Amino acid sequence: MEIKLKNKTKAALSTIAIALFLILIYAADNGMFSGSSWRMFITVIEKGAIFALVAASMNLLNGFTGLFSLGQAGFMLMGAYSYAIFTIPAASHDTVYQYFDGGIIKWSIVEILENKMGIAGHYLGIFLPMIFAGLLVAGVAYLIAIPVLRLKSDYLAIATLGFAEILRAFFQWNTLGPVTNGSNVLRKYTTYESAIFPVIIAGICIAIIFLLINSTYGRAFKAIRDDEIAAEAMGINLFKHKSMSFVISSFFAGISGALLAMFQTTISATPFTTQMTYEILLIVVIGGIGSISGSVIGAFLFTASAEWWLRGLDSGRWLGISSGIMRPGFRKVVFAILIMMIVLFYARGIMGDKEFSWDRFVNWWRSRPGAIKAWPDKLKANSEARKKARTAKAVAKAKAKEDKADSEKKKSSGIPLFTPLPMSDEVIIFDKEGN
Amino acid sequence: MKKITVLSLILMLAMTAFVGCGGGSGADEDTVRIGVFEPASGDNGAGGKQEVLGIQYANSVQPTVEIDGKEYKVELVIVDNESDNSKAVTAAESLVSQDVSIVLGSYGSGVSIAAADTFAKAGMPAVGVSCTNPQVTADCDVYFRICFLDPFQGTVLANYAYENGMRKAYCLSKLGDDYSVGLVNYFVEAFKELGGEVVEEQFPDKNSDFTSYVANAKKAGCDVFFSPVSTEAAALIIDQAEAQSLGMPILAGDTWDSNVITGAAKGKNVEIVVTTFYQEGGNPEFDEGIKAWFDENPEAVTNNGGNTDLAAVTALGYDAYFVALEAFKAAGSTDPADILKVLPTLEVTGLVCGDVSFNETGDANKSEAFVKKCNTEDGTWEFIKKQTAN
Amino acid sequence: MNLFNTWLPYILAGIAVGGQYALIAIGYTMVYGILRLINFAHGDIFMWSGLIMVYLITVLPLWLSVIVVVVFAILLGTTIERVAYRPLRSAPRMSIMISAIGVSYLLQNFALYITGGLTKTYPAIRFLQKTVAIGSATTKMVTIITPFLTILLVFLLVMLIKHTKIGMAMRAVSRDFETSSLMGIDINRVITVTFVIGCALAAIGSVLYFSNYTGINPMSGAMPGLKAFVAAVFGGIGSVPGAVLGAFVIGIAENIIKGTGWTTFSDAFTFVLLIIILMIKPTGLFGEKDIDKV
Repeated sequence: MEIKLKNKTKAALSTIAIALFLILIYAADNGMFSGSSWRMFITVIEKGAIFALVAASMNLLNGFTGLFSLGQAGFMLMGAYSYAIFTIPAASHDTVYQYFDGGIIKWSIVEILENKMGIAGHYLGIFLPMIFAGLLVAGVAYLIAIPVLRLKSDYLAIATLGFAEILRAFFQWNTLGPVTNGSNVLRKYTTYESAIFPVIIAGICIAIIFLLINSTYGRAFKAIRDDEIAAEAMGINLFKHKSMSFVISSFFAGISGALLAMFQTTISATPFTTQMTYEILLIVVIGGIGSISGSVIGAFLFTASAEWWLRGLDSGRWLGISSGIMRPGFRKVVFAILIMMIVLFYARGIMGDKEFSWDRFVNWWRSRPGAIKAWPDKLKANSEARKKARTAKAVAKAKAKEDKADSEKKKSSGIPLFTPLPMSDEVIIFDKEGN
Repeated sequence: MKKITVLSLILMLAMTAFVGCGGGSGADEDTVRIGVFEPASGDNGAGGKQEVLGIQYANSVQPTVEIDGKEYKVELVIVDNESDNSKAVTAAESLVSQDVSIVLGSYGSGVSIAAADTFAKAGMPAVGVSCTNPQVTADCDVYFRICFLDPFQGTVLANYAYENGMRKAYCLSKLGDDYSVGLVNYFVEAFKELGGEVVEEQFPDKNSDFTSYVANAKKAGCDVFFSPVSTEAAALIIDQAEAQSLGMPILAGDTWDSNVITGAAKGKNVEIVVTTFYQEGGNPEFDEGIKAWFDENPEAVTNNGGNTDLAAVTALGYDAYFVALEAFKAAGSTDPADILKVLPTLEVTGLVCGDVSFNETGDANKSEAFVKKCNTEDGTWEFIKKQTAN
Repeated sequence: MNLFNTWLPYILAGIAVGGQYALIAIGYTMVYGILRLINFAHGDIFMWSGLIMVYLITVLPLWLSVIVVVVFAILLGTTIERVAYRPLRSAPRMSIMISAIGVSYLLQNFALYITGGLTKTYPAIRFLQKTVAIGSATTKMVTIITPFLTILLVFLLVMLIKHTKIGMAMRAVSRDFETSSLMGIDINRVITVTFVIGCALAAIGSVLYFSNYTGINPMSGAMPGLKAFVAAVFGGIGSVPGAVLGAFVIGIAENIIKGTGWTTFSDAFTFVLLIIILMIKPTGLFGEKDIDKV
């Protein structure tokens, strides 16, 4: 039996969950729990929140607009640098830019605002450069969008990947050293003090992405993803919406870059490789392409497993098991195998293209493995339903194809598109696999 | 089905966090933990492993320490920082969360700089073993180090080059690598001051084609090829230098003092000169001890690159371990905060790479470097001289 | 003449590395031509071929090792196709690309585990690594051999594609996947053959490449792989001669860039070239028109 909750209950549950979560983080961050695992917990939460944001932004692009872009690491890099450059305290410039005579920017926004407005200025000083980082990245993304968005799927992927690599070389360029510090790390810039900060910022940004997806624009994005030609026919301006999605996604990638800079306390261009983009992409896949809440869950799971839970695999002792095969690197092998299994067998990821909802959660909880008796029947029913859905999909696909072909014919023969087309009931499906 | 798999997987993983890692906090009363923060993979993997070997050997020599009248067993907690600045932070955090009392490492300066703030935030004392970039200890109260610094090393190398009649240097560093970029910078500064001329270039990471860089050095008519890069790139550079008959000596810093280099240079017509921390034979007792240890531990030999040639960083790792033990004794406690208090005034003697005491920034007061030359016939290092500052 | 002497080492290096990229690029271009898939794992198959050689040479004689390496690469490639790509063939294109990225991630991490993160030195093949002098430049024998061997192999491949039955089937499949399957062409066989050829060439490429640049680490395949892909795009994806030409252009241009002092951008340049080509002539030099089937 499906349960439907009242909106009020849902709102209350959400508020309580968020409040509990924030209190937990606050308490753990301030050392209210004994046990050093909590330190790792906080680290994972911080990093997880940052990657949740960038994964959500990538999902907006890849999952909701259908633009396969692999430039995320490059945009994060840019966001991280543009945040760090403007918040290094004046006194630290000489040590940070030791090879470039203290650099050419000799001030820090944080300090300037702090002098004027006190503690409020301090936070504003962190906040403004962060927004600026997002805007700068969005601006660059807009410039890139003009040529790149003309490309289709894999070409787009490889072109954006190329841009990310170019950006990386650019930021390491010695000639720009007085600003970017060339190959050397940027450090000593102002960072957040409490783990609550990245969680809240990432939370707000993800909420904005979520709202965007459920707006008219979001529906336009999805229409483009599902069928570009149909979307255009409906009057959706393809380039405008695609570039909009690209720019917004980059803006949030920039913000998450700035947060990452704060988290790491030092920043250099070297780690922002294609590998990093791949990891973000894998987070999106694990969570489910087309589900923002999936990306969030995926990010926390990914970070926690990679940085914390599976670490024991490298040191030879994990879950009480000791083995010679557990030597450095084993963690990553296990991790990669897990990911391949998800890609191959659970291609829909954890959430599929659904979002988290309390209704689903409650129903899921009620149908949890506890009620094992009903299992075999349920499995059968499930597989039946899946099979049915698959057939229906194939039929729809074939139909759509025929329709398209027909409409093209109509187009060429000059008959207006709006006349209802005769539908054929018999559809022949060619099984691609079978012979 | 899917739900259950996912759910059980997550539960299982989550359990390990609190059961597996949490086990650390419930460790034996009489154990003191030393965190080893070293790369085991990535660009500096080879060097990092050699450094860990020194620490492990020291641990086998002296597995216990007496702190405040009580005998403690010393346990090493080794994490891999993957030679990656972004992974370094969480690796450092995982050390802190496993209740170590002091951290040793790392090989490669970038990761140490990246982790410095994490250690500072946790009040965790850290002793750098072979990270020579000045930024590691600058503005950081918890980071100390037992090796010399790049400004010193750069000057020594520049002096050596100039004294031997080299007037034009080709300097190659790796893009995005703090260590090589920093050392080249100090070398260039010192070399120009002496009246030399330099050509500077950088290669991007993942690059394995050094043909053009060697050709560039030849084209520019340089007298010396200075490239204090990681050993991975070094082997490729040596190979190309031979293929194109470079015709000028190759000069490098401490990273090149490794059997990777002697292995690559063996039987080739190249001239390689490096500055380093230790010369094999400087302390016969240590040399013999560690060779015997190698004989018993085939795995250690694998980590050392397949033979028992000593790297200077191994000797330094050995020293670092004893510095940590002395710090425990002086503090009379295993609490990081107490150890942090005694480190600035700590003086350790009887080490293989020279006595250690720290100045106010936390750097070791060391003012001598060993200059060595590679004997390409039998693949060993030949001692040239001990060089002090100026 | 003087100018020629100055630039000779760079051009030689460029031709050599170009030939090696070409051998990898063929794998990309053929797979893309037929499956419309960027096989991100191809560069890692190349890396693994090199790595296996390091281990094989300790137990087998050289000639046998080379053969086993080629066989290994073929097996690896076809297994990947069977396990990771075939089940997803009717899935959206994005899924299969993600699968390719996942395989690449797995291969790299597995190599990391096996090697323990250390760079392995490629076994010395004395014949290939012999130093030879050409004019003012000295270089390795492999530099001279690579372009000739590459051109020979490409010639054979083009003959195969043009004049054999399987070659004809490959052309048909790359032109129209579904129609050709209706015509009774065994698609799976064609795809397997494509992977066999691509991987065999990558394995031969790895022998040449790593004889020249003797260090192998888990990331060694990533950059050559990307560059080879760019070469394939440059030449027009699906076109074998195009990929070869693209590879030589990229190899030579890259080395000249390094020679002019823009070393920081030597990798980035490849991508700039890629983007310029995609802007001006998205189908590459020899690409067919309207390659996109969407």
